[in-house]
Amino acid sequence: MADQTLDAKGLNCPLPIIKAKKALKGMSPGEVLAIESTDPGSVADFAAFCRQTGNELVSSEQSGDIYNFEIKKT
Amino acid sequence: MLDKANEGSNSKSMSIIATKGTLDWAYPPFILGTTAAAMDMKVTMFFTFYGLGLLKKELNLKMSTLGNPAMEMPMFGMHMAMPNIIGGFPGVDKGVTMMMKNLMAKKGIASIEDLREAAVESDVRLIACQMTLDLFEIKDTDLIDGVEIGGAATAIEVAANSDINYYM
Repeated sequence: MADQTLDAKGLNCPLPIIKAKKALKGMSPGEVLAIESTDPGSVADFAAFCRQTGNELVSSEQSGDIYNFEIKKT
Repeated sequence: MLDKANEGSNSKSMSIIATKGTLDWAYPPFILGTTAAAMDMKVTMFFTFYGLGLLKKELNLKMSTLGNPAMEMPMFGMHMAMPNIIGGFPGVDKGVTMMMKNLMAKKGIASIEDLREAAVESDVRLIACQMTLDLFEIKDTDLIDGVEIGGAATAIEVAANSDINYYM
């Protein structure tokens, strides 16, 4: 499924975005980064991040206090 | 230098003028600057007056409750503001600074050192104001590596070529 995972739990804005960008930088186009976050603000932020960078937000889901995202690098 | 950060598909650019040097006000420019860079924007940050201190090698950022009645810290399950007459006592600023740093760490908020490092790593262009260096007698060797020196015209040229311009 995901080619790489990022545990951003406990981190606050803007760290989940910055760490995700860092992870994506080392990945190849088409690969998927899975991110776990506890920051409610990251729901809107990962959507905005993907719109601006052109990366694809494959999924954005909440389970309990955890927000799960999958971003495909373009 | 300008197009180094532009590795992604985003062709937009942002410039930020950072004028404040307290621990709390150091955050907005570094949060927005590093996030814009993460979103593939070309980012330039211009540091002037008290903001210039944010480029010093050794950061020792402090804050004060004085003159800031809006500062209400969550304590003992409520929000507490400090009366100015108490905030003026020696040592109170130090205590408030420590309290803020502890609170930030507890909430998973990055340190300014970490955000600044992220800015450098993502090729954010950092410009120190020459006039402020002269005014406060700060040497460019006191600043972190990779900082450019410039003046008002440099800042305005960057702003003229940026899609988003912030003054903080």
